[in-house]
Amino acid sequence: MTAIASHANARPGLNVGAMLKEAGLTALVALALTFPLVGLRTVDVGSRLTITTRFDEVLISVLLVFVGRIGLILTREGHALPVLVVSLVVAVAAWFAPLPSEILRVITIAGAAVLAIRAVIAVRRDRSTLSQQERDRAMDRLGARVQDAAMWIGPIAVVFAIALPFMPFASRSVVDIGILILTYIMLGWGLNIVVGLAGLLDLGYVAFYAVGAYSYALLAHYFGFSFWLCLPLAGLLAAFSGLVLGFPVLRLRGDYFAIVTLGFGEIIRVVLLNWAVFTGGPNGISGIPRPSFFGIADFDRRPPEGEIAFHQLFGIAFDPMHRIIFLYYLILVLALLVNFFTMRIRKLPLGRAWEALREDDIACTSLGINRTNIKLAAFTIAAMFGGFAGSFFATRQGFISPESFTFIESAIILAIVVLGGMGSQIGVVVAALIVIGLPEAFRELAEYRMLTFGMGMVLIMVWRPRGLLAHRDPTILLHPRRSARQQQADSEAGA
Amino acid sequence: MEYFVQQLINGLTLGAIYGLIAIGYTMVYGIIGMINFAHGEIYMIGAFIAVISFIVLGAAGITWVPVMLMLVLIISMVFTSIYGWTIERLAYRPLRGSFRLAPLISAIGMSIFLQNYVQLVQGARVKPMPPVIQGGFVIMERADGFVVSLSYLQILIIVLTTVLMVGFTGLITRTELGRAQRACEQDKTMAGLLGVNVDRTISLTFVLGAALAAVAGVMVTMYYGVIDFFIGFLAGVKAFTAAVLGGIGSLPGAMLGGLLIGLIEAFWSAYFSIEYKDVATFAILVLVLIFRPTGLLGKPEIEKV
Repeated sequence: MTAIASHANARPGLNVGAMLKEAGLTALVALALTFPLVGLRTVDVGSRLTITTRFDEVLISVLLVFVGRIGLILTREGHALPVLVVSLVVAVAAWFAPLPSEILRVITIAGAAVLAIRAVIAVRRDRSTLSQQERDRAMDRLGARVQDAAMWIGPIAVVFAIALPFMPFASRSVVDIGILILTYIMLGWGLNIVVGLAGLLDLGYVAFYAVGAYSYALLAHYFGFSFWLCLPLAGLLAAFSGLVLGFPVLRLRGDYFAIVTLGFGEIIRVVLLNWAVFTGGPNGISGIPRPSFFGIADFDRRPPEGEIAFHQLFGIAFDPMHRIIFLYYLILVLALLVNFFTMRIRKLPLGRAWEALREDDIACTSLGINRTNIKLAAFTIAAMFGGFAGSFFATRQGFISPESFTFIESAIILAIVVLGGMGSQIGVVVAALIVIGLPEAFRELAEYRMLTFGMGMVLIMVWRPRGLLAHRDPTILLHPRRSARQQQADSEAGA
Repeated sequence: MEYFVQQLINGLTLGAIYGLIAIGYTMVYGIIGMINFAHGEIYMIGAFIAVISFIVLGAAGITWVPVMLMLVLIISMVFTSIYGWTIERLAYRPLRGSFRLAPLISAIGMSIFLQNYVQLVQGARVKPMPPVIQGGFVIMERADGFVVSLSYLQILIIVLTTVLMVGFTGLITRTELGRAQRACEQDKTMAGLLGVNVDRTISLTFVLGAALAAVAGVMVTMYYGVIDFFIGFLAGVKAFTAAVLGGIGSLPGAMLGGLLIGLIEAFWSAYFSIEYKDVATFAILVLVLIFRPTGLLGKPEIEKV
């Protein structure tokens, strides 16, 4: 800090008093925010609540905010280089220094990194921030480049996904995480139809996931139906519930629609929770049958009399991994199915109508498109895919309860779509890897998962409201051969 | 009859609390047209600051109830307002003029963040609070011994809410701030051209909404005696329902909606089933939005192209 201050004094034209006042005010706000909630922690002692103090953390947070604000001001005033150096030093120091809690370390490093990025931009462009337009253009270029690259990244990713279970490092846990990520990719792709293509913010997508899961679990429990019979049934039931729920609400405007879908999601969860005779209530349903190998063989070590097991069918040694790998391929195929469907339907009139509706629904209606019908189609189709994913979830877990279908789950799926970029298929994959994969990789930071996740949603919205890799590619073109990047270059030249 | 009167009292108390939170939703929606999804979390933070200040004041030896209550209310309102101000500044102001769903998504992110922040710094356990105000009047008594009572706390809640609402209506209709606020609600550009500081007015709207939510938080802490980091979600949805039911954007509507939701919840739990009381609220939300999106006292919204 002293380093910054002395440097600042050396240059003319910087009002140190004003700078300190601005930073001091910010620090004061930070003090007010952290003092009661962070500084005074309520703890139970016996049956009474008492307070323990943690003023060291308050002090460090306030100090960080103060220094960070000074860094921002200096960057703004054109002293970016020292800020860059200091912020990098702070980031490295925070990695090793003994801080009272992990979260402070993470915040310090993240804050220093943001500051460093800003400083780099300032050094290169002589300005601390890019305007919204410049930012959008830069990210659009990236999005377009990724879109072009998807031509070869896509197939490589698919090949990698197919080969994954046979890689040398593919232990059981790796394949399990793979299944988890693929489930969310599938849900993300499903929700992308509603949010990314049709532009409807659905906050209750988890309801259809729940309908799918409970359809399979209940049909198996009461009628003994097999997974392969239930998979299409679960999809149909979820689609039907999407139709029924969607019909009344689709007339509503964007944010009202969002809240109503949230309401429906919660209603379904509360009903599942309280209708204990039928759904098992909070205890859920356990002992959900595992899928068989297309109804031909089971994955048990010793199959029942008269039936044949998977390893006997193929004449190989029994291995519990067979079932896991089978589940992995199952979800891979389901997810790719959703992707394939979306890619194809974007080229059909229905898909084009969705995108037109997303861009401007009033213009769309005046061109003679039936708003309600095509919204309903998007909602129903997405619900069906949610249902498929739900029944897969039920068969993989073997146990479901209303706990798995809370609002947070909807928010996670929505965040995957939003972070990746609405309407971008590859963005969903990237976002699912970040949102689901990273916390699995850093188990010790699991507590902070939802915290960073909420913060990430806010930051992405502030920084780039359409999502990281959002790319609004016109599906119909006058000169269809040119690549997305060329169009981008043209539109920039035009602008 | 006696049972009915008791539920009426309980419902009014609950409704007063919902009404206070609903004002925050309705004002923000009125002025910038967004659903401040994190408002329920603001209320939760108000309740936590109330618990903390109760304990601190108790430890400091200030135990005379009126003074203690006054101080807790002021502390909670001040600190919670700063939260409201900061949230607007960080998460919503940069998004003004962005596409329509961006502020809502940002608000959802903020709500998740605040919930987990409080869970992290204050612990996930339920926080119990010993009752501060005890006792009450017995209004009626049935032959079988069922007693209809009106506790001092309930009186306090209803009186305080009424006072706040009257004061608040005065603030909006008579002061310069209120005039600026209503002007921004109608047309921000024009208000700005005529010398209203639009940014400041919007910030103050958030501050006022947060202060009222903090009062609701203090009262809930005393009324129920337990809080945890998750109370904001349900209370938020219910207060939002109240705002929608009364007609979003309308202040008297928010108060009326709050009272109605409180009464419906109390009677639903008393006469039908307590498990499905949340379903009742959600169902009202869905039904009102579908059949009468302008609510009871709201003005229809015309979308200009």
